[in-house]
Amino acid sequence: MRIQMTVNGVDRTADDVWEGESLLYVLRERMGLPGSKNACEQGECGSCTVYLDEVPVCSCLVAAGQGRGRDVRTVEGLADGPDLHPVQQAFVEAGAVQCGFCTPGLLVQTHALLATSQRPSDAEIREALAGNLCRCTGYEKILDAVRLAADRMAVPEAGP
Amino acid sequence: MKFLQPTTLDEALAAKAEHPHALPIAGGTDVMVELNFDKHRPAALLDLNRVDELAQWAPEDGHIRLGAGVSYTRVIDELADRLPGLAMAARTVGSPQIRNRGTVGGNLGAASPAGDSHPALLAADAVVEVASVRGTRQIRVTDFFTGVKRNALDRDELITAILIAPSTGPQQFCKIGTRNAMVIAVSAFGLALHPERRRVGTGIGSAAPTPRRAHGAEDFLSAALDDEGLWDSRAELPETLATEFGGRVRDAASPIDDVRGSAAYRLHSLAVMARRALAWAWHDYRTSTSDGRA
Repeated sequence: MRIQMTVNGVDRTADDVWEGESLLYVLRERMGLPGSKNACEQGECGSCTVYLDEVPVCSCLVAAGQGRGRDVRTVEGLADGPDLHPVQQAFVEAGAVQCGFCTPGLLVQTHALLATSQRPSDAEIREALAGNLCRCTGYEKILDAVRLAADRMAVPEAGP
Repeated sequence: MKFLQPTTLDEALAAKAEHPHALPIAGGTDVMVELNFDKHRPAALLDLNRVDELAQWAPEDGHIRLGAGVSYTRVIDELADRLPGLAMAARTVGSPQIRNRGTVGGNLGAASPAGDSHPALLAADAVVEVASVRGTRQIRVTDFFTGVKRNALDRDELITAILIAPSTGPQQFCKIGTRNAMVIAVSAFGLALHPERRRVGTGIGSAAPTPRRAHGAEDFLSAALDDEGLWDSRAELPETLATEFGGRVRDAASPIDDVRGSAAYRLHSLAVMARRALAWAWHDYRTSTSDGRA
């Protein structure tokens, strides 16, 4: 079947999509967007997290057809041209990336967290990232990166 | 494989009637796992995401009519005040990404003994509304689970909504797992106090072939609270009563040994969870206003 959707602001079409295929497979194998990673294929690891109509989801658990006509934003759509998004920059600077396989999912999920919570507590960060597994870092540098990004992105409170 | 994508409930019911083997898919958190691992190759997928009627909730005739396609995230954000037990259970589902997609209707469709919403629905005495081109019927959630991953749906029926009375007293939900996120319950327990009818509701998860209520424990505790005038006095709960309640909840379970835990551990944990849940709920009841809200 044919799948048409908006991906990172661009109208995209994929043909000959199998009906049981996941959105993740369509993005990676048919649209040339390998940023979202294919790891567990069961929603356990969060490496494939993308926005579906502005809601972060595991794209391995979205049937391709469910994405029809909808708006998808992947990790490739976070940066503004050559300028990294502050979340991405913070991950680089804080050393939150080792093998990098979990990073795209963590970036999208952190992006979503900071869109709704300007100054998340450590408990909120842990809760928000509970579905993103990292087997390298031990998470401490990831927490550092989220705090750094939050600091940089926070709108200063209005003075008296 | 066919991909059916109705946009109205009527279309969805017509599609299910025409393709009774079509597998309904909502959040995909169960269905896509089976497809990704090639465990199941249904003749057709019936996507319910575009059926607006399923994605709504509203108060109706004294209860909340929760559309089958409302996500756990929305249950938590929008209904925690009226359906506290279900919202507590929803918070334990998977991860934020999973809660954004997973639905209570999907949980009932999968009918896993470990479904997180089931103990809360059982404790609250919820009713499942199902529909087909032949009409609509209501099934008490206690009668809905018919076996391991089996439910009372006919082949042409879809789950359309869950009818749940807003809480009139404290509710609790407990779940045992190896961590606080992304776990299938080793065992789970839901509790609801219904002071207006002087009854206690329970739900056991992951400790029997189906989710089930602990009827004996409910009857015992409801009678004991009545006999000792505790609903009105709101006096401290005798510890022996809470312990006996826990024991009777345990006695209602019939768990197995599996990769997640042993039957013995499940029985023990249920007794402990039930006792604790009752202590927490009773504390809330004692310190709450007369309408039962903490």
